[in-house]
Amino acid sequence: MSVHSTDRRPSQPVRHLSEPPVVRWGLTAVALAFLALFLLLPLVTVFLEAFGHGVRAYLAAVAEPEALAALRLTLLAAAIAVPANLVFGVCAGWAITKFEFPGRNVLTTLIDLPFAVSPVIAGMVFVLLFGRQGFLGPWAAEHGVRIVFAVPGIVLATIFVSFPFVAREIIPVMEAAGTQEEEAARVLGAGGFQTFFRVTLPNIKWGLLYGGILSNARAMGEFGAVSVVSGKIRGLTNTLPLHVEILYNEYAFQAAFAVASLLTFLALVTLVVKTVVERRLGVASEETRPEAAVAGTG
Amino acid sequence: MSIEVKGLRKRFGGFQALDDVSFSVGQGELLALLGPSGSGKTTLLRIIAGLEHADAGTVLFDGHDAAARHPRERGVGFVFQHYALFRHMTVFENVAFGLRVRPRAERPVESEIRRKVNELLGLVQLDYLGSRYPSQLSGGQRQRVALARALAVEPKVLLLDEPFGALDARVRQELRRWLRRLHAEIHLTSVFVTHDQEEALELANRVVVMNEGRIEQDGTPDDVVEHPATPFVLNFLGQVNIFHGRVQDGTAWLGPLALEYPEHPHTEARTAAGYSRPHELDISRSDDGGGLWGTVSDVRMAGAVVKFELLDDQRSPIQVELGREQYAQIRAIIGESVYVKPRRVRVFMQEPGG
Repeated sequence: MSVHSTDRRPSQPVRHLSEPPVVRWGLTAVALAFLALFLLLPLVTVFLEAFGHGVRAYLAAVAEPEALAALRLTLLAAAIAVPANLVFGVCAGWAITKFEFPGRNVLTTLIDLPFAVSPVIAGMVFVLLFGRQGFLGPWAAEHGVRIVFAVPGIVLATIFVSFPFVAREIIPVMEAAGTQEEEAARVLGAGGFQTFFRVTLPNIKWGLLYGGILSNARAMGEFGAVSVVSGKIRGLTNTLPLHVEILYNEYAFQAAFAVASLLTFLALVTLVVKTVVERRLGVASEETRPEAAVAGTG
Repeated sequence: MSIEVKGLRKRFGGFQALDDVSFSVGQGELLALLGPSGSGKTTLLRIIAGLEHADAGTVLFDGHDAAARHPRERGVGFVFQHYALFRHMTVFENVAFGLRVRPRAERPVESEIRRKVNELLGLVQLDYLGSRYPSQLSGGQRQRVALARALAVEPKVLLLDEPFGALDARVRQELRRWLRRLHAEIHLTSVFVTHDQEEALELANRVVVMNEGRIEQDGTPDDVVEHPATPFVLNFLGQVNIFHGRVQDGTAWLGPLALEYPEHPHTEARTAAGYSRPHELDISRSDDGGGLWGTVSDVRMAGAVVKFELLDDQRSPIQVELGREQYAQIRAIIGESVYVKPRRVRVFMQEPGG
């Protein structure tokens, strides 16, 4: 449009092609200010406070056995929850997009439930379900499994709050891709596994990657649900976010921020992993991304 | 390989997609399934391919029930309407796919796969595009890759779903000619689905016309054009003028036309209609019987023919096509009265109660 009109009137300056500089700079400034205020400033504060009493105090706080136990537990919970969510997300996405069955819409809605329900309530549900008076509690006790106030409960709560991310990411991708490529693979003689690994998986890998990263971030940062089922037994059932809170409540501010910086590090590591994976997948299949983006809009 | 389809039925919810469909395809035939959208032709093709299950009926390949076979053993090559190329694979890998997924014992060695894929890419004249991705190809090129991919597994039957539907007219023409040459070369039993009658008539040795899940006619292209079995086939295969009326005592009374109709010698009258194609009508300036008077309402020069629209005394339109030479003798202009006489009228009685 705009090119066309400038062709006809070459003498006129091209004004309508872009916003005036004031608007451009203004918008950029607002965005930057917002980022600085809500992202950069808190981040800097965390590290300033963490290192406020020197590197030695920082290392002491981080190397404390209880802090290390919390770190281990957080990593363990994420290490179980993320793969579980990836598998569940692919199953759910597959079922919802490739088949017609009664209850399909209900399933789609149910997947969003953890987004809608407050995490604290999610935690309560697990306590009610597996607690001593709970529905499944006696059965678990009989088999010698502790769920509430123990690691399994924390893992369950973490899975609950982080499972929609993968399914949410890949359902639109799978929907856009349709079933034709799978059908083509089948007629060409590919079995179910071959079809999945050679055709379906490459088409949804970006969705899986982003879903996995979001899911991981949520799993490591979850506070509400985990805090209800954990019982906050130091060195045993404390995750990093819970440990930060306990330290903070005990006025051990420097230690609290030091542990908080660990969480921040984990987030940064996640971002680095994402970038590396992105680059590797990107090199392997330069061509699928623009196509996938186009398919996503269609 | 020959295909025999017997009594196929398929229902999607409340929609009867196929209703007792039976036909057969001989070895080396190129058969067209022709029909409007929703006529069940694609469903039929998908059932033959094993992508869909029939509610009832059987599909026999060389006399053996195909449903019992894994797609791999069916020996079917399928070309999808929208190509369904694997978008994350190069053209080469797309074509190689069917060979690579074979069980280890049957899988050719890498050098053999390379040779085979390159040979096929040569056949579809795309050997220079092996390292491209589908998104970098034009529609016609994608379609040919899809064809090469289907042929790579050495199918005994080739099934094509609206193979040229998504392409522009010129590419379609070109691919049509090319597919016919290919079929003459490799002589593979082939079935293709189309809603384009021109495509079906030009390409196929045999045409099966479908409507609302049923077969209307099964015959050679010449059969369906010259001897349409039903009014639907007549209508679907091109423009046609309809004269409504009745048949009685061996005569069809169709408005101003009266024709012999020995198929119904009874005194009881039955509703009927006569059909004439625009090129089966002649125009003259004098009443020499067997026709009707009409007023010219439109004249269009359309290449080799001249298209007339006339209005009869009921003011319903009649389409007539004349050759240039015939037109030169008449030279009728808009508003003039002319005498229209059908050289040929096909009369169909309506079913009682229909």
